[in-house]
Amino acid sequence: MNDKLLEIRNLKTSFRIRDDYYAAVDDVSLNVNKNEVLAIVGESGSGKSALAFSIMGLHNRAKMEGSINFKGTNLVGLAPGKINKIRGKEMSMIFQDPLTALNPLMTIEEQIGEVIYLHNKAISNRDKKAKVIELLDQVGIPHAKYVCDQYPHELSGGMRQRVIIAIAIANSPELLIADEPTTALDVTIQAQILDLIRDLKQKMDAGIILITHDLGVVAEMADRVAVMYAGEIVEIAEVNTLFEQPRHPYTRSLLNSVPNSDEKQDKLHVIQGIVPALQNLPREGCRFKTRIPWIAESTHEDHPELHEIAPNHFVRCSCYEHFYFPDETEVENSGLS
Amino acid sequence: MAFLEINDLHVHFPIKGGILNRTIDSVKAVNGVSFQVEQGKTYGLVGESGSGKTTTGRAIIGLNEITSGQVIFEGNDLAATENKKLDVKRDVQMIFQDPYSSLNPKKRVLDIVAEPLRNYEKLSRSQEVERVADLLEKVGLSPESIFKYPHEFSGGQRQRIGIARAIALKPKLIIADEPVSALDVSVQAQVLNFMREIQKELNLTYLFISHDLGIVKHMSDRIGIMYKGRFVEEGDTEDIFSNPQHIYTKRLVAAIPDINPKNRDAQKKFREEVQLEYQKDYGRYFDEKGLAFNLRNISQTHLAALPEIGVVE
Ligand SMILES: Nc1ncnc2c1ncn2[C@@H]1O[C@H](COP(=O)(O)OP(=O)(O)OP(=O)(O)O)[C@@H](O)[C@H]1O
Ligand SMILES: Nc1ncnc2c1ncn2[C@@H]1O[C@H](COP(=O)(O)OP(=O)(O)OP(=O)(O)O)[C@@H](O)[C@H]1O
Ligand SMILES: [Mg+2]
Ligand SMILES: [Mg+2]
Repeated sequence: MNDKLLEIRNLKTSFRIRDDYYAAVDDVSLNVNKNEVLAIVGESGSGKSALAFSIMGLHNRAKMEGSINFKGTNLVGLAPGKINKIRGKEMSMIFQDPLTALNPLMTIEEQIGEVIYLHNKAISNRDKKAKVIELLDQVGIPHAKYVCDQYPHELSGGMRQRVIIAIAIANSPELLIADEPTTALDVTIQAQILDLIRDLKQKMDAGIILITHDLGVVAEMADRVAVMYAGEIVEIAEVNTLFEQPRHPYTRSLLNSVPNSDEKQDKLHVIQGIVPALQNLPREGCRFKTRIPWIAESTHEDHPELHEIAPNHFVRCSCYEHFYFPDETEVENSGLS
Repeated sequence: MAFLEINDLHVHFPIKGGILNRTIDSVKAVNGVSFQVEQGKTYGLVGESGSGKTTTGRAIIGLNEITSGQVIFEGNDLAATENKKLDVKRDVQMIFQDPYSSLNPKKRVLDIVAEPLRNYEKLSRSQEVERVADLLEKVGLSPESIFKYPHEFSGGQRQRIGIARAIALKPKLIIADEPVSALDVSVQAQVLNFMREIQKELNLTYLFISHDLGIVKHMSDRIGIMYKGRFVEEGDTEDIFSNPQHIYTKRLVAAIPDINPKNRDAQKKFREEVQLEYQKDYGRYFDEKGLAFNLRNISQTHLAALPEIGVVE
């Protein structure tokens, strides 16, 4: 099924730093279908949250170019009043930081109730309360009736995160953006929350963008995966393909740096260097080049593009054809090219 | 004699209340924990949030008052009053969870790393600079870093500054409380590799606290699983992951996301089975107060807090 819900084309989101604009999201194009989880992975600073905020229309001062087509409406440049009507109802977001996302002065019932009321002003107080309790049950909060009257600081981190998820799914959104929804949580609670997101996808036919740096979570949840580096998508593929035949050097490096649960490795792979700050991002040539300096300069493209190397499998720059890890022999790989 | 031996450790925090602000109850954060750590090895401490991992670590290093029990480090009971003066701070160091807030932003790297040296050794200015430069080299940072401030470093580099400080006095035991939880996977790899390297080089012993089981598995020789202040299971890494016995451990192991998308359905089914078993048997595995039973040996290396009845040997 190929039911397009979101279609992003050539999106560029730039922040002003001193007198210049710098793109944190640079020429990103992607689709999200109904009943699909698209995972976005990448190191800290690669632009994942900036992309999510762009879709949600939450950047106040950023410059946005390109288009974000959501169910036939281009969200780029849409009047704030119009985007407010969509946000929180047809699309919503679970934020990365659970502490700042809740109002410390409002009870849990008030916070969840507010979102329900905002998009359904006719609802009675009784129905609203029933809905709040139902949502709290749904996200696995025990003693929902009691929790209703509590304030955020009276809940543990895991409970707070579940309240945030309850708010995000209150109006059964068609598109849900979950930015690191389980990073702060224990594995057992994480498993519950992931089940919940999976349910939302299946029962409500929702499209989901799941931002995470946990590749295990990606493997369990995603239908497709986009890998971001320095504001660009460097690889995008179906989940099995991405784990079995990763092509871009960055994707391969990321996969190699997590402890593999099956074998006892002595050493994990380390990606040299760091993601440069926004003002220092290389804007020309292959942006990942500086982190794989042992790969010959000539293997990179001058203007790296996404190539469809197999159906639905896109890889940026030609360097992937010549990539090898420093501890592998070059000879082994040169046969590839 | 074990290198580090914890016997029936209790750490209780008083809850005060009433008009007289008297102690009305207590949080039994650590409620009867015993384990031993061998020198040069890594002991992993796992458990859900609030299970008492950090409190255990802090009690060992003397940052939390011990309610009762023993912490025997190289033969000396650190909890005994006559040993309170005993200075083990040199030999036992802690690495903290958050590389962003655990370093004083107003201090230069030199002052941060040299702080423990200044407390214990009288070094001249040039000796000090030399020692710090050596330490930084060990953690893979250039000597010029000495005059920089924490904000000028990446998360992984900052965590390594914290490690440089922790190893400045050549400790024997390092308590690492979630040392990589705040870091990116690629940076995590860097710090974990490094911790293993210096472990070999300095014959360090780690108490490695984490809620990420993949990482604990990668790092540890032996693992203890904590639940509500008590151990539910303890064993060699292999025991815990290949043959979990306690219902809580099983649930924890089942919850680890599988890195192979092909296993998704099987993993989901397995998780559901374990969840059912967990719900059905929870009552059997804990006493009427919800506490885990005492650990019993099920093999030479493997212990679990199993109920008395219905145990398959
Ligand atoms: N409002 C802003 N003004 C200026 N720069 C910004 C702003 N928001 C983000 N950036 C910069 O844009 C880049 C991408 O940031 P973003 O928050 O999207 O990263 P991320 O991929 O979500 O990282 P993380 O995994 O740490 O959450 C970073 O260099 C960041 O410093
Ligand atoms: N100083 C203190 N005063 C009162 N209660 C405390 C104190 N320190 C910890 N506790 C309580 O003791 C229990 C164990 O806390 P601890 O920090 O050891 O858990 P943890 O296993 O490290 O959890 P996490 O994974 O969230 O770090 C918790 O209920 C906590 O609220
Ligand atoms: Mg982010
Ligand atoms: Mg802790």
